[in-house]
Amino acid sequence: MITRLNVASIYVLDKEAALDFYVNKLGLEKGNDVRQGDYRWLTIRVPGQPEVEVSLEQPGPPLHDAATAEALRELITKGALGGLVFITNDARELFATLKARGVTDFTMEPTDHFYGTDMGLRDPFGNPIRILQQGKATPKP
Amino acid sequence: MTRDAEDLNRRLLRARDAMDRTYAEPLDVPAVAAVAYVSPAHFSRSFRAVFGETPHRYLQRRRVERSMFLLRETERSVTHICLDVGFSSLGTFSRTFRQIVGETPSAYRRGHGPIVAPHCVQLAAMRPRLTAAETRRSSSFGEAVLAAPA
Repeated sequence: MITRLNVASIYVLDKEAALDFYVNKLGLEKGNDVRQGDYRWLTIRVPGQPEVEVSLEQPGPPLHDAATAEALRELITKGALGGLVFITNDARELFATLKARGVTDFTMEPTDHFYGTDMGLRDPFGNPIRILQQGKATPKP
Repeated sequence: MTRDAEDLNRRLLRARDAMDRTYAEPLDVPAVAAVAYVSPAHFSRSFRAVFGETPHRYLQRRRVERSMFLLRETERSVTHICLDVGFSSLGTFSRTFRQIVGETPSAYRRGHGPIVAPHCVQLAAMRPRLTAAETRRSSSFGEAVLAAPA
């Protein structure tokens, strides 16, 4: 049987810019950073959860031919590809922290639901990110 | 696709996000176009080329989706819900709702209860699809049909 999720991947337009956003803005940490010829195996992960990594993949050779890479880049920038969902212990505090770090592309400010409080944003390329504080929502002030 | 086109996509996506975020406010084309750094004259055409429908129609379907949510999840009156989601006229709301959903807000409320799914899933998946008639009208922008999640 499968026992856990190890690596998931997202497409980004630029690995270095993605690393800067996910580490310096969002607060994740760099996982693997291995070069094999022209290819760079680059992952990010949540601090304290080393067993799950998100691989940052850039459309282009050797993964894709030129036309496929162009199609993927178009879909990324239209926000049409899948994204990531993270868990936080305090959505509103994190929202303030992210704003202070210069994050502007919020798709939803922290909002209470029956399952908790969540917020939405996009990475610099268009990928959607949700961040959820699980549990009964904190009462609105 | 050039890098310029990718940059335009990203800016138009930002404008679309702004509509999703501030649908309840009075929005006009110049304000939303400004989010994308596109002139109002070019905004609607560019938006339609990228997302398959006009920004006006996108916003209407977002507002109708949010009204469907409130009809399902709350007991607020149709008139209040109309204003909650950014329509200023009950007549326009009812007509638009019926055109997009195929039934009146009250009839929709009678037939539907709360949906247990995360908010982000509802926002993405419950936005009403283009009707067959709309699809034919926008046949030169076939991706609009594909954009409706299965």
